[in-house]
Amino acid sequence: MELFGEGLAWLSDPANWTDPRNGILLRLWEHISLSAVALGLAVAIGLPLGLWIGHTGRGSGAVIAIANIGRAVPSVGWLGLVFPITLVILGRGGLGFIPAVIALTLLGIPPIVTNTFAGMREVDPDLIEAGRGMGMTARQVVRRVEVPVALPVILAGVRVSAVQIVATATLAAVVGGGTLGDFIIQGIDVRALDRVVGAALLVALLAIGTELLFSLIERLLVSPGIRAGMSSVRDDAAQLLPSEPVPSGH
Amino acid sequence: MNEGEPFIRFDWIADNLDAIGQRLGEHLLMVIPAVLIGFVASFALALLARRFRRTYGPIIAVTGTLYAVPSLALFVLLIPFTGLTLVTGIIALVLYTLLILVRNIVVGLDGVPPDVVEAANGMGYSSSQRFWRVELPIATPVIIAGLRIATVTTIGLVAITTFIGLGGLGYLIINSGVRRFFPTSIYVGVLLCVLLAVIADVSLAWLQRRLTPWARSRVAG
Repeated sequence: MELFGEGLAWLSDPANWTDPRNGILLRLWEHISLSAVALGLAVAIGLPLGLWIGHTGRGSGAVIAIANIGRAVPSVGWLGLVFPITLVILGRGGLGFIPAVIALTLLGIPPIVTNTFAGMREVDPDLIEAGRGMGMTARQVVRRVEVPVALPVILAGVRVSAVQIVATATLAAVVGGGTLGDFIIQGIDVRALDRVVGAALLVALLAIGTELLFSLIERLLVSPGIRAGMSSVRDDAAQLLPSEPVPSGH
Repeated sequence: MNEGEPFIRFDWIADNLDAIGQRLGEHLLMVIPAVLIGFVASFALALLARRFRRTYGPIIAVTGTLYAVPSLALFVLLIPFTGLTLVTGIIALVLYTLLILVRNIVVGLDGVPPDVVEAANGMGYSSSQRFWRVELPIATPVIIAGLRIATVTTIGLVAITTFIGLGGLGYLIINSGVRRFFPTSIYVGVLLCVLLAVIADVSLAWLQRRLTPWARSRVAG
């Protein structure tokens, strides 16, 4: 128990925050910037892919494959898979930020694709029909009907992805990517458990904060009419069973 | 990594089958107890939540918050209580299964159609007979769907336990892989994790079909 006290003492020493080479502020910045870039890339790749497959209904087999791969490869596995490749291609530049950001992007894509796809497929076909009947083009149907209705499920996917990325960024330290995980992983090696526990507390807060931030974004972005129509159980089921968004024969 | 060294050195794999098998064994010895204990604990929590509806919200909030905590941080935060031991690993892994399992067990049991419950009552079933013979079988596909997600997730999470010195396949990925710039060990570790996840997932899907042959067309895999 006294380890918690030591962890808090480590956190409350300002010198530990401001050290320019190994300070908490530096590691926190590495953690957040790495996560933000990876999430941005994952959204930039996963969202259009999910929208396209969801809208056309083509390639749903690919979505199930992506979901299953995403689930089966352990988070630390992505770092391990990417690292030797970047090292061979980039030499010393293959250490640090680059393998970390590639691994985190790959890790972040599956929840976004599967949820976007699932959300789009769940849109009531009558609504799409009504949109078309009003003379909307395919693009307008996607933008004004399908995306707004699917938005809660899509954003839940982005939230899951964000939390996973922030969590796994902790492990980027092992490929030289810094982040708050650096204190934990190096600290365990040299048995400096005050740092380890202090940094773990920060990492936990950061991940929970990410979850709350993205829940808030969902609340702000989802149209009130759609929010009112959703029961919480349905929302939960949509995030939890992303591997079975489409029963076969759909 | 040395110049000109191949990505996969099959001779290393052949020479180290024993060590690889040992890591695989360590991995399984964490996955299996964690999922079993998690399932029993979740079942108890789910029954509690169904009996006292008010507890469902708080149970989901607490397990959901735990689920958001990165695994390395959770392992580390348990060290002050249980040290760098297997118990630390198992407790953290069990905590991660709770959200998925509690939610699926409750959703599954809630999904039993009211007229089916009514029919069971009409046939004179006591509430425990009704639970075991009617409600639980109908909820089984959703419960096993949760068990599949929880098991596959746990297999991945066990790979992190190597950071607190518990071995497992994460040892091959991190300790003898990434840290020694040795890709063969990394790829063997990741491949075995994936294989383990696929085998567990397929086996549970098979179990579900065996247990509930009538549900084949209603719940996808």
